[in-house]
Amino acid sequence: MERLRGGAGFAFTLCLAWLLIAFLILPLLVVIPISFTPERYLSMPEGEYSWRHYETLFTDRRWRKGIFDSTVVALGASCLAIILGTICAIGCWKLSSRLGETIRVLALTPMIVPPIVHALGMYRVWVDYGLIDSYLGLILAHAMKGIPFVVISVSAVMSNFDPRLEQAARSLGAGPLTAMRLTILPNIWPGVLAGGVFAFAISWDEIVVALFLTRRAVYTLPRQIWDGIQDNISPAVAAVGVLLIFVTILAVLGKMAWDRRMATRESRRA
Amino acid sequence: MSGIKILSASASSGLPRMDKTQLIVWTMALLPIVVLCVFYFYPLLRVLTISFTEPTLGLENYRDIFSSSAVRRVLKTTLWICTIASAVSLLFGYLLAYAIVHASTRWQSWMLLAVLLSFWVSVLIRAFAWIALLQTRGLVNETLQFMGLIDEPIRFIRNTFGVILGMVHYMIPYAVLPLMANMRTIDTRYVPAARGLGASPFGAFWRVFLPLSLPGLISASILVFIFSIGFYITPALLGGGRSTMLAEYIALQVNETLAWGQGTALASSMLFVVFAMLLALGRIVKFRNMFGAG
Repeated sequence: MERLRGGAGFAFTLCLAWLLIAFLILPLLVVIPISFTPERYLSMPEGEYSWRHYETLFTDRRWRKGIFDSTVVALGASCLAIILGTICAIGCWKLSSRLGETIRVLALTPMIVPPIVHALGMYRVWVDYGLIDSYLGLILAHAMKGIPFVVISVSAVMSNFDPRLEQAARSLGAGPLTAMRLTILPNIWPGVLAGGVFAFAISWDEIVVALFLTRRAVYTLPRQIWDGIQDNISPAVAAVGVLLIFVTILAVLGKMAWDRRMATRESRRA
Repeated sequence: MSGIKILSASASSGLPRMDKTQLIVWTMALLPIVVLCVFYFYPLLRVLTISFTEPTLGLENYRDIFSSSAVRRVLKTTLWICTIASAVSLLFGYLLAYAIVHASTRWQSWMLLAVLLSFWVSVLIRAFAWIALLQTRGLVNETLQFMGLIDEPIRFIRNTFGVILGMVHYMIPYAVLPLMANMRTIDTRYVPAARGLGASPFGAFWRVFLPLSLPGLISASILVFIFSIGFYITPALLGGGRSTMLAEYIALQVNETLAWGQGTALASSMLFVVFAMLLALGRIVKFRNMFGAG
């Protein structure tokens, strides 16, 4: 190991890796100066800075609607995905056969199907269901996209769960649901929470399905951004970009701190 | 006392209790699948049926895929862009994953943070950033002109280069995460052992590490290729209609020309390709391990 790390070859590899990381991160930072431009159009601020584009996000009716609609849809979709994904993961775990595995793979499909394909299908079916351009319609669509992420993260936690705990509860007289509530749920909630955060983020960021299923009544933030890029490249997009990147940094840092805490708790328990 | 009572009660009704438990388990596993059938698989099925029924019943839409020169051009562009973007993403992703797995713990977490950050930043914001940087009056062109390196602004985006750049930028994390998951399972003593037996650093990598990381490399390539086939947002924004990819073409067919038959036939073909690739992948790695990384 030491030899591997110490070599000149690896030092070179590390340099390339940092260059790649710079390529991943640095281009995104351009949104920061642009968001402070005093101009109406996309430009770098030259000596003068302004908060006007941030103000726009909170005063402009359309941006406010975008933020509101995205929040409503993402909350609804992640709640639905949490419920369906969690019971699916627990059910499959208890079936613990080829069948359980098959069901789980089925539940993962929305993750792998190209968005344009299900967007077309949903559009046609939502017309029949009368769900076009409604909150419920988009919530349902996004919930389907969120289920796989909940199933994965709950299944991951379930794989560490000792089935004897549940058996013990059952032999002490607890009914199947009580046993599940008292043994499984307290142990899997980190996975449920993580899956819920995933599902929320998926919905919050989703655009392809939203483009097909919504018109005017529901207008999520990604749609506002999409318009903001396509029409006149408004600097308000840069402001919203800065806020979104900031939230992403907080979320990723939070996730890493959380993982570390869970890891130390695990090792303490062992 | 009460414990005994419960125990005997449950013993006497042993069989029905089993049935109730089974019923609950089955409901839990299947209810979400039923919901998925109504709101997900049925729409997918509709895409398939429309491709065979509109405008007329039959295989006409699929025949048109092969006869239409516009479709052929789009397919060629898509395949070409996907191949290049996937290859570059994999090469970069492999290098990055290798560096992260072998870096010291402190650097490891910083590098991982950067990759995860880029993984989670909205695809729209990325496209916006690239447009702001690379458009004819963007930061890069202005800087180059200011420095006197170029007279005319260079066309970086609204062409194939822009699409590939945007896709590579988006997909590197998708390559890194499964590759890292695989590389972490490789025994760290193999490479030093090869070195001890006289292999050069590159020889040890080429003949020991690379073959061991092959399953990860294959699953990452299939995943990345599957993602790139369906790419819609990045090509639509950075391609500027000049190098239309399949997903964008499908949306155009449906939204502008209202050619649902043609659009759904292309979408179904996309679906077939993706599932065929997944099946191939399923033979190499277990699905569970594959997704465990994300």
